[in-house]
Amino acid sequence: MKRRDFLKNTALISGACMMPAFLKPFEAMAQDELSGHKNLVIIQLSGGNDGLNTIIPYGNDIYYQKRKTIAINKPDIVKLDNMLGFNPSLSALKEIYDQGWMSIVNSVGYPNPDRSHFRSMDIWQTASDSDQFLTTGWIGRYLDSNCQTCKNPYTAIEVDDTLSLAMKGAKMKGIAVQDPGKLYQTTREPLFKDLVGAHSDANLNEDNLGYLYKTMIETYSSADYIQKTSKVYNVTATYPNTALGNQLKNVSKFINSGLQTRVYYVSLSGFDTHVGQQNQQGRQLQIYADAVAAFIKDLKQTGKLDDTLVMTFSEFGRRVEQNASNGTDHGTANNVLLFGGKLQKPGIFNEAPDLVQLDNGDLKYQIDFRDIYATLLDKWLDVNNSQVLNKTFKGLALV
Amino acid sequence: MNNAINIKHLHARAGFGIRFDELHEQQNWSVKKAVKKLFEASEKMDPLAAVDENIDLRLKPAMQTDMQKRALQEERNRQERLLNEAWLQQLSNTDAQLREKMTLFWHNHFACNIGNAKYQQDLNNIERTNALGNFKTLLLQVSQTPAMLQFLNNQQNQRGHPNENFARELMELFTLGRGHYTEQDIKESARAFTGFAFNGKTGLYTFNLRVHDDGTKTFLGQTGNFKGEDILNIITTNKQTAVFICTKLYHYFVNDIPDAKHINQMADVFYRSGYEIKPLLEFMFLADWFYEDKNRGNLIKSPVELLVGLNRQFYINYQNPDVLIQFQRTLGQVLFRPPNVAGWPGGRNWIDSSSLMYRMKIPSIILNAGVIDFAGKATPEDEAYLASQRKQQFNVINRVQAAPDWGKFLKEIPMDTSHLQIAEFLLQPKLNQAIIDEVNKSADIKAAVIEVVSTPEYQLC
Repeated sequence: MKRRDFLKNTALISGACMMPAFLKPFEAMAQDELSGHKNLVIIQLSGGNDGLNTIIPYGNDIYYQKRKTIAINKPDIVKLDNMLGFNPSLSALKEIYDQGWMSIVNSVGYPNPDRSHFRSMDIWQTASDSDQFLTTGWIGRYLDSNCQTCKNPYTAIEVDDTLSLAMKGAKMKGIAVQDPGKLYQTTREPLFKDLVGAHSDANLNEDNLGYLYKTMIETYSSADYIQKTSKVYNVTATYPNTALGNQLKNVSKFINSGLQTRVYYVSLSGFDTHVGQQNQQGRQLQIYADAVAAFIKDLKQTGKLDDTLVMTFSEFGRRVEQNASNGTDHGTANNVLLFGGKLQKPGIFNEAPDLVQLDNGDLKYQIDFRDIYATLLDKWLDVNNSQVLNKTFKGLALV
Repeated sequence: MNNAINIKHLHARAGFGIRFDELHEQQNWSVKKAVKKLFEASEKMDPLAAVDENIDLRLKPAMQTDMQKRALQEERNRQERLLNEAWLQQLSNTDAQLREKMTLFWHNHFACNIGNAKYQQDLNNIERTNALGNFKTLLLQVSQTPAMLQFLNNQQNQRGHPNENFARELMELFTLGRGHYTEQDIKESARAFTGFAFNGKTGLYTFNLRVHDDGTKTFLGQTGNFKGEDILNIITTNKQTAVFICTKLYHYFVNDIPDAKHINQMADVFYRSGYEIKPLLEFMFLADWFYEDKNRGNLIKSPVELLVGLNRQFYINYQNPDVLIQFQRTLGQVLFRPPNVAGWPGGRNWIDSSSLMYRMKIPSIILNAGVIDFAGKATPEDEAYLASQRKQQFNVINRVQAAPDWGKFLKEIPMDTSHLQIAEFLLQPKLNQAIIDEVNKSADIKAAVIEVVSTPEYQLC
């Protein structure tokens, strides 16, 4: 018997074909399919990061006038040009910036901004207008769009315990995976396994019970796929030992092992700095910058940086003028930070925020955040943005 | 005639599930008798009283140190925890099941998310008092709560500087629903609501004549010198309000998929009675269609319904009730923290890969003293607290420290009850063969119970 035939025959009697369809392990992508597989990594800074003390308009005197006690001293600022510079806690990102792997988009927001955390986060995650309530997230609707590469729950992975609204569509939802091994163990508990084994997609009803079983079966097979695929790759780069560092390390593992995932989502809390801002924000920014710098360098090393785009956002920026407690209160427009090997315009994408023409003490937005989403959808995720955003946005020359 | 199946369905929907001994007592009752009993039990009204001080009314020192600010934040957080836990306790322990179930409905209907626990408690008590009363009364009282006035910015709604937020949500989410009013109606009614305000020094509602716009307004085709009360009257005179509320009630009590015929029957009853809630609910619980197969065991329990149902059934006593907040966070429903004024969307929205697994795992963790290895995300409003306490995360509780009263639960169950009968009692949907096989082979009743509450079927009511 020829070797080829032998392989064919053994495949026929091996377990793979005997299993019901939903239990079949998903095959990892072949190497040639892998190149050109683009990943989007979204980093959410929760609480409303103070953009003006992140990318600092140190060249503008108004900044120092409005922030008497919390402005960052000029000599400490990591200068990018003669107007803007990094908070010193971001210094790990300077090297990344100098390599042309970072774009800073200033004054991003939306019309009629809402200053409540809940509502503004809702708006950013659902990509709604400010007077519109959507129950699905923008990545969720991307999954719903049924594009060529978004047919499975693991198309969008949130590295967390729970799944954010951004990741929930009407028909499809992403999957939350803090730790692939743990997820796998959970789904292999005997009762879970027995119930999955006794059901198949084919005999499920359209009712809610059918929906629960369908979700359970998908979770079962996704957990298997994610665990088996990702465990073959070991991350060798060094990451800071922080929660975010570990999350991004997991994302690196997923990307480099060839997981067929398109979107990764992680969050970092602790940015609602009404009181004693400098220390608190400094700590969080350093956690952020050290983890992201390690991640970007790791991806460069493994040749994946050109296929990866990282976007960082927060639900709003903070007021231009500080408050009486050495902190800042809720504001409006903010900067969005992008990282990747294929940026169209690395460096500072648009003008520094205007500190003179304010809207009741807050920055006026110049760029609608949905124009950024539109660009990512059109150019990175290969789906027409109007399908996801419910109207057409022009997009920007970001990637 | 044994009517157990209908009685069990009624309690799964009108309350948070029936106990074995109650079912044994009621299994031969008519539905009518059982409904009457539900309303009688709900005549009792226990307002929440966990929060006894309005922190916003304290005299603020001219300068507060950072430390004082942090301490204040900690106090606010503590009040909110106490309020959450007090309500969860009440939901789990009270006999006034229908009243609490309806309070939960109004809590989601008049969704409000603010940082003042006292105002939240006041709003919640108004919803509880009027839960089975008159909707028009409830609507007016809610419109005058500091909670809602603050949340929907009516404090800033003044003559010459209208703020339309309250007027817009009133019509879109509380009464008529989209498509039954114009942008102009919003503008005009916002003017009528100028002066609906609360006094920041007393924390009480007051009509502020000074900022009221007493000019002529044209609203939904009528013209006059309207005040807020007039607008509410015009809105409720429009039958669409009855249809809108009944559609939501149908989703909550009957089925995710609306049935126009049944909803219109409900709206007729509601409208004719002048928006009395009790006769409407009686009509619904007594309707034949309420007990049709397609309306049984097919509603996805909200996280709070899931936790409360478990607490009631197994008499669970929590040494550290904070764990219940951690569970709410993990499952995506923290009481008093709805995602926005539209409330929690509910239904299949509760379910994703991870939430389903936690929902299947948490009951056994509670009943079996398991380890918790998940925390859930902080809600966006928790961020200020987290930042002020210099930590990124809540302390994660990883031991439940809860004790179900197995003795009490098992005492209600006759010795000769089979595992299968237990499963049929605890689950609302019809059982499939896999579940029947599982419980038949489980070692004892306790093991069978723990398996049953860990199934997808247990997520439904």
